[in-house]
Amino acid sequence: MGSIIPPHYRSSRRHFLARAGAASFALASVPALAEAITQLPLPGGPDERQITTAFPQKGALILQRTRPPLLETPFEVFDQSTFTPNDRFFVRWHWAGIPTDINVDAFRLAVRGHVNREIPFALDDLLALPRVELAAVNQCSGNSRGYFQPRVAGGQWSNGAMGNARWTGVRLKDVLDHAGVKAGAVQVRFKGMDDTVLPDAPHFMKSLDIDHARDGEVMLAYAMNGEPLPLLNGFPLRLIVPGWYSTYWVKMLNDIEVLDQPDTNFWTQTAYRIPDTPNGNIEPGATGVKTVPINRMNPRSFITNIKAGDKLQAGAPTLARGIAFGGAAGVSRVDFSSDGGKSWTGAGLGKDEGTYGFRRWQIRFALPSQGDHVLMVSCTNMRGETQTRSPNWNPSGFMRNVVEQTSVVAA
Amino acid sequence: MVRSMLPVALVAAIAFSQPCAQAEGEFAFKSISVDLPAGDSMFPKGPNSDTANANCLACHSTDMVLNQPALSKAAWQAEVDKMRTAYKAPIDQKDVDLIVDYLVSIKSKK
Repeated sequence: MGSIIPPHYRSSRRHFLARAGAASFALASVPALAEAITQLPLPGGPDERQITTAFPQKGALILQRTRPPLLETPFEVFDQSTFTPNDRFFVRWHWAGIPTDINVDAFRLAVRGHVNREIPFALDDLLALPRVELAAVNQCSGNSRGYFQPRVAGGQWSNGAMGNARWTGVRLKDVLDHAGVKAGAVQVRFKGMDDTVLPDAPHFMKSLDIDHARDGEVMLAYAMNGEPLPLLNGFPLRLIVPGWYSTYWVKMLNDIEVLDQPDTNFWTQTAYRIPDTPNGNIEPGATGVKTVPINRMNPRSFITNIKAGDKLQAGAPTLARGIAFGGAAGVSRVDFSSDGGKSWTGAGLGKDEGTYGFRRWQIRFALPSQGDHVLMVSCTNMRGETQTRSPNWNPSGFMRNVVEQTSVVAA
Repeated sequence: MVRSMLPVALVAAIAFSQPCAQAEGEFAFKSISVDLPAGDSMFPKGPNSDTANANCLACHSTDMVLNQPALSKAAWQAEVDKMRTAYKAPIDQKDVDLIVDYLVSIKSKK
């Protein structure tokens, strides 16, 4: 494949993991070296991806697509902290018309439509509103799509199209109140500065119901982990919809339109729909399935310090740790199994940084005998929702939340 | 399935590091200007690769296609149709079959 790789990504250095073939979460750990190769164990492949450092304000990320960028967080980053550093945070754009020069003095956020006063907000106007802050996981609807079987078209993500950050900004409710929402408003539509390449293509826009938009949690963030957002994560302003998939978290947000009719734009009405079933799960090939817009996230959990194929010592106390998130509700419990799901033990939970963020979990265990073992971890949220025991499937590759399995060998 | 929910007293056994900085005090915005990689590589040469290059690369780089799994011809047809109808790619009808043939030739389901 070397001949089709853009020259600025081409490299003679190749770094393969010793156990790459068996690796489940194994992504090459080469933070200081640009342009290495990693292998994602996607069933049927292709599993080779470049590690790139070619993108502005970004460190080493997995290159899924150059233009418009799809950049994935290497999984080892999730073992380092429950907050994902801005320079390692995943990136996903729909259209290639991404502004690369942002003048913060000229920037205006329009608030218009079914409101009393159509107000353009300068960034400093937003600073004058009450400042709020919360931790929340931003996860692509299609995170882990590459593990769907049968495979489906789309961004072939491993498990790194997600990240957790502390978001700082203002409540959407406060911004809407300044404009004065008129009676009869039903939805609020959000649009960013990114543009399509082709003139007739549908500009990326997403909508929320008016009550959701005014719930006091949905916010406009101008900072991420205490710093301005990287341009590729939506500088200077991004919508934050806690507990919902990142398709709603409109980047470079500069247009808010209050609607008195349901939004019929392509991205709300046609794209990003899921089967109206638990976890969007259907049988491959099923037809006539009722669909709804994708919405709340489901719970997930991962082991971050042990990789598939790792060799552990039989009988020895061993630490497993990782991350969990409850989706649209907080983490209630995380259960761990070292015997392939026959028995489960509650894991210890780390500091609660907020309902919608990553939660650290950890547990000590010992594998009783030499040979092959399967480690599993499962998160249950405060609503009692938990992870699926067999993989959920739908044709868009959305909402995967199967209990992950990590095969290890005890010696 | 037996779920034995044992109490665990290991909560504080390791430090849960939180390196995140708090946004306190005055926050200042600074204008920025960046460059993005061009992503201008061409498809692997083969029958109809020129047609794929001419029709697909305005909107996205080749790696989007090359990282896809093997798909059936029907699945590739659906993808090209989606590019035309949903995303308004101005692909001539005569080119649709050529592009599908090319995609099948590089990424076909056995």
